[in-house]
Amino acid sequence: MSTIPEILFRDVTKRFRAADPPVLQSIDLTIERGEFVTLLGPSGCGKSTMLKLVAGLEPITSGQIQVNGLEPRHARRLVSFVFQEATLLPWRTVERNVALALELEARTREDALETTGRLLDLVGLTDVAQSYPRALSGGQKMRVSIARALATKPRLLLMDEPFAALDEINRDRMNEEILRLREASSWTVLFVTHSVAEAVFLSSRVVILSPHPGRIAHTISVDLPYPRTATLRETPEFDTLVNQASRLLREAHRV
Amino acid sequence: MKKNLILAANAVVVFAALLCVWQAAVWVLHIPPYMLPPPVNVGHAIANRFPELWASFWISGEAAAAGLAGSIVGGLLIALIFARLPWLRRMLFPYTILLQTVPIVAIAPLILMWAGQGLFAVALVTFIICLAPIIANATQGLISVDTNLLQLFLMHNASQGQILRKLRLPHSLPYLFVGIRISSGIAVIGAITGELFAGSTRVGQGGLGYSILYAMAQLQTDYLFALVFTATILGFSFFFTVMFFEWLFLHKWHESARSEGNES
Repeated sequence: MSTIPEILFRDVTKRFRAADPPVLQSIDLTIERGEFVTLLGPSGCGKSTMLKLVAGLEPITSGQIQVNGLEPRHARRLVSFVFQEATLLPWRTVERNVALALELEARTREDALETTGRLLDLVGLTDVAQSYPRALSGGQKMRVSIARALATKPRLLLMDEPFAALDEINRDRMNEEILRLREASSWTVLFVTHSVAEAVFLSSRVVILSPHPGRIAHTISVDLPYPRTATLRETPEFDTLVNQASRLLREAHRV
Repeated sequence: MKKNLILAANAVVVFAALLCVWQAAVWVLHIPPYMLPPPVNVGHAIANRFPELWASFWISGEAAAAGLAGSIVGGLLIALIFARLPWLRRMLFPYTILLQTVPIVAIAPLILMWAGQGLFAVALVTFIICLAPIIANATQGLISVDTNLLQLFLMHNASQGQILRKLRLPHSLPYLFVGIRISSGIAVIGAITGELFAGSTRVGQGGLGYSILYAMAQLQTDYLFALVFTATILGFSFFFTVMFFEWLFLHKWHESARSEGNES
């Protein structure tokens, strides 16, 4: 019914200091509710900065950003951020790490723990609920981080290379898991990666950025139907899209 | 476990050997007991004068504990202010180094002149030398919070109070304990130094510092050795008490407090 886009970039430019060259220049991008959009590009193209702008963690220099029609800072209740590292609190158990966001938003402890139990079940970490982060593997830590992000029932997930530190097997598995989790709810995702295969596997749309300054170079629609499973990676359609994206990425980098 | 036993056995053997050498040296070289009493005499002094040693142990212990406790509370408060107000930190932080470098024996007489001769004055001397390591480490802990964690808290509209309670304070705990551990070692030194100038802090009795002066004046070298031994025990007690609390608070989650044998 509503035609308000979930995220709207209108001619956005970002400089960290007035004298510096822009990190992002003239970004125009509209993301509709329920899309899974991946920002793909080499390091230094400003893709992480775009997430920080949407989260309202960095001010924009010029232009306009809206999240569900609101200024980013006022839309934070709708949004969760998943960082590149798991960023867990080492002094809290897994369970209480997941409950953190709920505590900060002043839910009661019982309410928080109930939601937490359900989420740990969802990401398959019930067994380690009482463990401390240092006892977990990289993949498990990231799962806790994702569970924590989902705890506040966000409409929009911002994910900044969340699986970059994982090995390929774990990364593929987490990719499948993210899509599985998304089946149940219908969050919009803005995802950052520099892995072409990951971008194609996850997204409904891949946005390729070129560096210095960061600009949108190309946009690819990934018309592969959801639900997607591991076997998708073996299809020729998948290969074609990965090859196409790789080529465009190389071109964008050369400019 | 077995490794620990061997280490403990080693320590005992070395200590016993040391005592033997000491005893033999006194015999062979005919050193008079007022210069160097043989270990047997020191053992006698410890046994015979145990009540006095015990009293001194507690008097100095009290002053050192009060001073250390005060420096933990005071140091943490100052660190909180420093963490909150960077301009003030930049302005005053050099003076905390001054606090650390001024020789305590030089200022102890001043403090005693101003604060009287009692337990309070001795605790104050301890407080002053314990303060700097706690301020420095606690401040470092409070301000070295991971940017991503801070942004996570901001994403969920956390208040400054929540950021302090749920992020900065727990994060600073391992740092604070480093400070407390350093200070626990010098707390006993502070108390004894204070007592050297303060004299008897209780009627007819005094802490280790007072008793050391007394033993020296009376040329009771065996008693002096017994006091040195007691002071060492007091230092150890402080150190291990702090270690215990550090273990208690940190062993579940912090790498530094991991039980030994666990590291790979």
